[in-house]
Amino acid sequence: MNFKTVAKACVVSLLVSGPTWALAQNQINMAKGVTEVGAQIYGLHMLIFWICAVIGVAVFAVMFYSIIYHRKSRGVTPAQFHDSTQVEIIWTIIPFLILIGMAVPATSTLLEVYNTDDAEIDILITGYQWKWKYEYLDEQGDNVVFFSNLATSQEEIYNTDAKGANYLLSVDEPMVIPVDTKVRFLVTANDVIHSWWVPELAVKRDAIPGFINEAWTKVPTEGVYRGQCTELCGAYHGFMPIEVHAVSREEYDAWLAAKRSEKVAQTAAAQQALGFEELMASGEAVYRAQCSACHGAQGEGGVGNAIAGSAIALGEVAKHLEVGIKGVAGTAMQAFGGQLSDVDMAAVITYQRNAFGNNTGDIVQPADVVNHKQG
Amino acid sequence: MGAHHGPAKGMSRWLLTTNHKDIGTMYLWFSFAMFILGGAFAMVIRAELFQPGMQLVEPGFFNQMTTLHGLVMVFGAIMPSFVGLANWMIPMMIGAPDMALPRMNNWSFWILPPSFLMLASTLFMEGGAPAFGWTFYAPLSTTYAPPSVTFFIFAIHILGVSSIMGSINIIATVMNMRAPGMSYMKMPLFVWTWLITAFLLVAVMPVLAGAVTMMLMDIHFGTSFFSAAGGGDPVLFQHVFWFFGHPEVYIIILPAFGVVSQIIPAFSRKPLFGYASMVYATASIALLSFIVWAHHMYTVGMPVAGELFFMYATMLIAVPTGVKVFNWITTMWRGALSFETPMLFCLGFLVLFTLGGFTGLMLSIAPADFQYHDTYFVVAHFHYVMVAGAVFSMTAAVYYWIPKWTGRMYSESMGRIHFWVSFIGFNIAFFPQHFVGLAGMPRRIPDYSLQFADFNMMSSIGAFIYGASQLLFLYNVIVTIVAGEKVGEDKIWDGAEGLEWTVPCPAPYHTFEVPPKIDAVSAHA
Repeated sequence: MNFKTVAKACVVSLLVSGPTWALAQNQINMAKGVTEVGAQIYGLHMLIFWICAVIGVAVFAVMFYSIIYHRKSRGVTPAQFHDSTQVEIIWTIIPFLILIGMAVPATSTLLEVYNTDDAEIDILITGYQWKWKYEYLDEQGDNVVFFSNLATSQEEIYNTDAKGANYLLSVDEPMVIPVDTKVRFLVTANDVIHSWWVPELAVKRDAIPGFINEAWTKVPTEGVYRGQCTELCGAYHGFMPIEVHAVSREEYDAWLAAKRSEKVAQTAAAQQALGFEELMASGEAVYRAQCSACHGAQGEGGVGNAIAGSAIALGEVAKHLEVGIKGVAGTAMQAFGGQLSDVDMAAVITYQRNAFGNNTGDIVQPADVVNHKQG
Repeated sequence: MGAHHGPAKGMSRWLLTTNHKDIGTMYLWFSFAMFILGGAFAMVIRAELFQPGMQLVEPGFFNQMTTLHGLVMVFGAIMPSFVGLANWMIPMMIGAPDMALPRMNNWSFWILPPSFLMLASTLFMEGGAPAFGWTFYAPLSTTYAPPSVTFFIFAIHILGVSSIMGSINIIATVMNMRAPGMSYMKMPLFVWTWLITAFLLVAVMPVLAGAVTMMLMDIHFGTSFFSAAGGGDPVLFQHVFWFFGHPEVYIIILPAFGVVSQIIPAFSRKPLFGYASMVYATASIALLSFIVWAHHMYTVGMPVAGELFFMYATMLIAVPTGVKVFNWITTMWRGALSFETPMLFCLGFLVLFTLGGFTGLMLSIAPADFQYHDTYFVVAHFHYVMVAGAVFSMTAAVYYWIPKWTGRMYSESMGRIHFWVSFIGFNIAFFPQHFVGLAGMPRRIPDYSLQFADFNMMSSIGAFIYGASQLLFLYNVIVTIVAGEKVGEDKIWDGAEGLEWTVPCPAPYHTFEVPPKIDAVSAHA
């Protein structure tokens, strides 16, 4: 057995064993999609795949026939033909006809993807570095707004804790939509370009600052559908997942009502003074969700400046609030004023001023945040 | 050949040379050095992706690696390698004594190393190297970019100037320096593909320069070309970039087509099938490349009419590309094939490039692309066409012509080992990426959810194998140069045709000082 035979055997065994091994453990094909459009796209994908496969088998069969039977070592005399206009025309026209065959279903599916008419619910999706904001638009102006952050802990990412089942794919507050309802997504971004993708809903739209793109879905079955940002948007591009819960209409209405009362409760809470321990506890939770990716789990810094011993955290409260609420222009430090409730803002500022050895003893109350915002 | 005509001694030979062979050699070595550097970046990427979780590098540095890997491979490795090949081979193939503009030739090479030195130096700057991907979409590459972006812009400008000068030189050479009797339709296909490529380069490199200049203005001079807040348009950047970027991928692949069209007939011992249709197919691909750019942007929210136009135009490219593949296979049909290393790499090219072409066709279908876009499926696709396409054919070219360049034969057994290790490593690295992409793994992420773990580990192992096989290539080339068996005859491959095989091995410092006579039979093979 010479080297060539060994090498061929390796390739063949790899090709044969590879896919079977793979099928047992891992998904190797596109998600079939739970929506009608998703199913259409999947069908289109499989159609093109099989057309390519058939052409590929035919082309490679001819090639390998030549490789096996037309080899010099068999003592063949090479033919000398080198032109045939007829053949060239045939293999120009046949692929062209196949392409037309592909273009027809592709066009109708594309028109379907673009048909955003008659949606019952509008959700404004805004990409931020590195989270999503979901705003349920309401005709009376009583919009429900919240941010959806990565729920995976830094400890899981940095391998000190075991990774959970939905590692990097779960969020603190998912998008909730009702089933059997046409939902329109209005997609934009606050800073750089992001892209909102949920494979099983077959929705992918770039979130571009200054543009509002449209997409839609109508989910027939209840369930949790997960996705990720698919446009490079900076350091933590890989850490801004999407989680959509499709629930029954009743459940959706109840959820929306609860969100509205939560908003009222938050406004009320902002009027009350809180204890130090309480602020520190919720501040720590906010810090871990919002700040730790850039500023480090121990405030040691990273993409962002260190919090431990920082001039801002140890300096004037007003300056600290200013940075937290308005961000720092031209850096990844965003304006969190619109992202966090006043209570959470007060808590996290208090936490930053008293954790990691920053023992200022300052207590920042929600009312301070409200006052600061009002100037 | 008196001493008067020989090369100068020492460093000045290389610094001041106007000889197309010396400049070709420098381009080839430079591009190989960049190939190793870009490969090292890829190894960092694959090492981090070996397992889920962050292990070796930080996410920001990971993005610097993907960015530099892409930039160095596209602009530093693949493009200069084919320019080097053009420098060496085009004059010898058309019976010219040198390139038409030899001093400019020297200049277009020598501005490249400083440009890449500048690009690589950004790694050591505050804020790190560019981390916005080789496609550098605004505003990530403008408002949100690290300060080193200015050096990146300057580097792109310089290498663009280098490419434009190199292209003008090739156009001038092919149009003016052909030996008497070498009509256009008698030129070897490699010369044809490069002539068309050079026109593409001259057309689109200024567009790239425009894009980076607008970035520079946005960053330093207060304009808002790409900033929505100032009334600009981030999508404009993508249109401008891809108006350059799509022809760019054909700039990379067309010379590769040319190489394969030289080598397959040689080892089939049969003339290339459909020479004229190959020329027309190359020209059609080049023309179509100008009207398909927005297929990279199906998800930006173009109007549906635009989306349909770009989908149909993109699908059309399958026709001339198909013609090329059919022609190569028909060339082999009823030939007398043998499988020396250059032919193996061409066959590897043929199989894997065809697979890359199929995935390209799948990607052209706009609604399906909503699911493929910016996933590992795209990464797999373009590595099948860029690596198994361009790099495999470039490797084939080195093995095919190195006896002509050095007068020494490479080790056939080592060449074959290099091929099989590359071929197997490449497929282990990139085939599973189709699966993870379809299953939903976005590209350019430093960490991934657990369902993708097995295939990523496999992919990393394949990448390490492929990477290691390139060191074997380097070793093989060095051994050939210093200790390869000397070849006696001018025509090393019995089936090879073309003027380059009528000069001695190694090719003397000056060839065709007197134009050769072209007879009708020996042309275009």
